[in-house]
Amino acid sequence: MSKIVTNNLNLWYGVFHALKNVDSAFEANRITAIIGPSGCGKSTLLRVFNRMNDLIEGVRTDGEVIIEDANILNSNTDLVVLRKKVGMVFQRPNPFPLSIYENIVFGEKIHGDRITRDKLDEIVERSLRDVLLWDELKDKLNEPALRLSLEQKQRLCIARLIAVKPDVLLMDEPCSTLDPQGTQRVEELMRELKNKYTIIIVTHNMQQAARVSDDTGFMLLGELIEFGKTEQIFTAPFDKRTEDYITGRYG
Amino acid sequence: MKNPYRTQKIAFFFLFLATLLIVIPVGLIVVVIIQKGFPAINWQFLSDIPRQGMRAGGIFPAIIGTIYLVTGAIIFALPIGLLAAIYLSEYSKDNLLTRLIKLAIVNLAGVPSVVYGLFGLALFVVFFKFGASIVSGSLTLGIMILPVIITTSREALESVPYSFREVSLSLGASKWQTIRHIVLPNAIPGILTGTILGLGRAAGETAPILFTVAAFYLPQLPHSIFDQAMALPYHLYVISTQVPNVDEKIRYGTAFVLLALVLFMNLVAIIIRYKFRKKKKW
Repeated sequence: MSKIVTNNLNLWYGVFHALKNVDSAFEANRITAIIGPSGCGKSTLLRVFNRMNDLIEGVRTDGEVIIEDANILNSNTDLVVLRKKVGMVFQRPNPFPLSIYENIVFGEKIHGDRITRDKLDEIVERSLRDVLLWDELKDKLNEPALRLSLEQKQRLCIARLIAVKPDVLLMDEPCSTLDPQGTQRVEELMRELKNKYTIIIVTHNMQQAARVSDDTGFMLLGELIEFGKTEQIFTAPFDKRTEDYITGRYG
Repeated sequence: MKNPYRTQKIAFFFLFLATLLIVIPVGLIVVVIIQKGFPAINWQFLSDIPRQGMRAGGIFPAIIGTIYLVTGAIIFALPIGLLAAIYLSEYSKDNLLTRLIKLAIVNLAGVPSVVYGLFGLALFVVFFKFGASIVSGSLTLGIMILPVIITTSREALESVPYSFREVSLSLGASKWQTIRHIVLPNAIPGILTGTILGLGRAAGETAPILFTVAAFYLPQLPHSIFDQAMALPYHLYVISTQVPNVDEKIRYGTAFVLLALVLFMNLVAIIIRYKFRKKKKW
């Protein structure tokens, strides 16, 4: 079933046409990778889904982005509700300068009413277990999150996100600051998480897309050139431009 | 033939000399004031009222008056300054109105302090009929330190990394929740520093309190905020120029107390900033 569908989606930064007539459908409980050279609009597309582009002045969109039967581009969309449902992991791990514990309960503090300490403890444990950090960190929950390693930070950010109980995880080059080992572990985590979430990952690392994703979309100059099963995109692309990119003719 | 090393040495010497020249007056002021003023400091000087036409006794009412004035100024200026800073750094769009506001703040900082005094006289003393009182003086000083508080608070707020705001919003927090839970807590040390620097300035100014609150001589402490009060800088002016035959020790003693008060506040600000820098985690 399609979790997110875009119909004829266009986006402009001022006069710059950054997304051109994007039609796509992202399936639930799968990992979809969006690849393409720098500046092709892949991050922009990702940021349409939780309306983070709203933060930039002079952005204009038209077309449709359907998430659960509603066009989220409508001006009456409740952004708090949308962003709880569609969460984002950023390129640079960005935990708050708070303790590990406080980082994870941040969403609950924002969204929940008065919650008991037990309930919060439970959320922290469950979220950390989900990102496979519980055993490492259970004894130092009150330490500053900024003391963790980069990879731990990134996992913590994912834990903080899933504590809010989203359906969709948007990942904007989540491994680009990690070393190969850290990257591998985060990729394993993604495979683990796709049972519960719909994951869309933007990456300029083609090998990563090939390793981790089920579906792949290739973008170029704001257009979604090709969208299909990862295997097919990487072995038998229909479009010449996709083939050129994948074989490294440009990028 | 030119010798670049010699030229460099000469340049270096003059640069060093200029730097040294900055330190000399500061050092001299402190040394002279301590040397001449410190012998006057004793418990009686700090806790007694002035006696014999201010030629003897202590300066207690002036110390208390200055503390009242500074406290009043901060009660008024901190909330307004902080809220304005939050608006300017978080909400305002770059338009004509915002630019006008920012220009006004810069200009407010450049107004001579005696003009604040006259303004306070016209607005608070006369128009609002507060009379020459602690309220009038505090409000005048408060307006004078508003630019300092707004500017430093804005800098503190804007130095909180954008990524914190971004991730907070992406987790579904509203803009206000983001400010309240993420931006403000991380900006507080900077805001505090600015506030204390403002306080120090308010404590030391004479002109703004001249027409709005300062009493030439009051044998007792003020009873309410609508009373006049003595204040250290004005008291210093009075015993230095208006009253004949005041012992030099008393004059320098008063200057010493005022200087100590201001330096102490600056020191607190420096310590807060230092601790914050050491702890700064991004």
